[in-house]
Amino acid sequence: MSLDARLVVRRPGFTLDAPLRAEPGEVVALLGPNGAGKTTALRALAGLIALDEGHIRLHDEALDEPAARRFTAPEQRRIGVVFQDYLLFPHLSALDNVAFGPRCRGLSRAEARARAGELLGRVGLAEHARKKPRQLSGGQAQRVALARALATEPRLLLLDEPLAALDARTRLDTRAHLRAHLGGHDGPTVLVTHDPLDAMMLADRLVILEEGRVVQTGDAAAVTSRPRTDYVARLVGLNLYRGHAEGAHVRIGPEFTLTTASPQSGDVFVAFPPAAVALYAVRPEGSPRNTWPATVTAVARHGDALRIELSGPLAVAADVTPAAAVSLGLEPGRAVWASLKATEATAYPA
Amino acid sequence: MVPAAIGLAFLVLPLAGLLIRAPWTTLPHRLTEPGVLAALRLSLLTATLATAVCLLAGVPLAWILARTTFPGRRLVRALVTVPLVLPPVVGGVALLLVFGRRGLLGGWLDSTFGVTLPFTTTGVVLAEAFVAMPFLVISVEGALRAADARYEEAAATLGASRWTAFRRVTLPLIAPGVAAGAVLCWARALGEFGATITFAGNFPGRTQTMPLAVYLALEQDLDAAIVLSLVLLAVSVLILAGLRDRWLGAT
Repeated sequence: MSLDARLVVRRPGFTLDAPLRAEPGEVVALLGPNGAGKTTALRALAGLIALDEGHIRLHDEALDEPAARRFTAPEQRRIGVVFQDYLLFPHLSALDNVAFGPRCRGLSRAEARARAGELLGRVGLAEHARKKPRQLSGGQAQRVALARALATEPRLLLLDEPLAALDARTRLDTRAHLRAHLGGHDGPTVLVTHDPLDAMMLADRLVILEEGRVVQTGDAAAVTSRPRTDYVARLVGLNLYRGHAEGAHVRIGPEFTLTTASPQSGDVFVAFPPAAVALYAVRPEGSPRNTWPATVTAVARHGDALRIELSGPLAVAADVTPAAAVSLGLEPGRAVWASLKATEATAYPA
Repeated sequence: MVPAAIGLAFLVLPLAGLLIRAPWTTLPHRLTEPGVLAALRLSLLTATLATAVCLLAGVPLAWILARTTFPGRRLVRALVTVPLVLPPVVGGVALLLVFGRRGLLGGWLDSTFGVTLPFTTTGVVLAEAFVAMPFLVISVEGALRAADARYEEAAATLGASRWTAFRRVTLPLIAPGVAAGAVLCWARALGEFGATITFAGNFPGRTQTMPLAVYLALEQDLDAAIVLSLVLLAVSVLILAGLRDRWLGAT
């Protein structure tokens, strides 16, 4: 039961064109900024909007294929969806919400309720079965929504920003809970989120979507260590540049060359963490091979450190301790020297 | 403030006049007259049947107007509201032209099924439904537009057909709107005069509803007309107040 899709949806001023594959039991996260087309992709998979081109195949059955004039209505797809704001039916109890799907699939009322009760028990909400959605907390509503989607034994499970509506504390618990349950789902799972932490904690593989296109895919380690766009670099907190490598030297822009410890040739990306950038009041002597003059443009708190934004031949972010910032007198407009050890910068083919 | 007070007085004074002029001493006697009871019974029956007809045809119509797009939808929407602004007498004449014995459909209904609509109780129901339907359609369409259509999408992903999603999800969500529409529709049907007297005539026990009885009594016996008016007023107020608490409190 694997998913193989190419999702093409055209709207005025926006085109989604994204290939997407997921193996049985695999959790794939669609990660991207707002407006990247994540939710559009999810709705197309669920059959709530039709593709303009491409295909959706689930276990070799074509669900949507405009070229072959094939479209399967959402109620025929057996695809479970957990919506962003859950969309629990407000007039039905938690139990009847979960029993809704099995009822539609032809089970008797008693059978459907028995199945719903079992699923609510599995997500730890047996004692809340009779409550209406408005009496449930955010985390509980999320679990009911998950149980409702799983109750139909979906061939594909879709989750739209499953944790976005929760506060930080609930989010932590629910994330762990959700991960346990996604492990129990046999079919593929596609998860849409703009939160990199959710994506990395819940998914086996990340698909990064920007402006309707897939810009990078891979597991969390690959994506975080080798970002390929500014968006991903910002998400994972790395400085990212594109340049041309000749051995250990990467030319970035017309007048700047960075030395790295990973020789390459041709067009490359270079990435390094802000904490690897050291700042000095005067030009440092000795070991670091990359040094350049820079001007502070902004100072902001970042965890325990201060994040310093610098302009100059290379626009970078640097993390320094508050003590260092005080002794260097770092404030916007201050001229400093920045340095980066070659071993901290990674170059990889673009 | 002053125009508002005048406006309120304008609405309330006639009702007060009705109460002041009422022949309270002979009221019990007059109320139990067979003619009054028959007209009241017929009014309640036909208004309820007309509301049922409006619900059966009007709710699907409202759903189509609120949830689908098709060429000419705005025209259909405008046509639905025509009976609101059309003088009821004209509505009655129009109904006669279509369902009358020599009408477009009436002749065919008569010769094929032996069904005659004008000047029958069924005709009363038809006339009332014609005039009252827009109230229901507009109210239900408004409720549908206000209800989140994504609940229907959620139902679809769970395997619900359109009909199941409508019956088990949408309808319960818009129940207050449907109830409000039905009450308005019923009240309008109960007070219907022009289309009824034109299309169904004024036969006591068969097509003479309360408003028709009031009009007739006015020419012969003022007190009788006042009593009948009071009954209509009381029924309207009672039903509206009762349903307001039960159904419309939340809206």
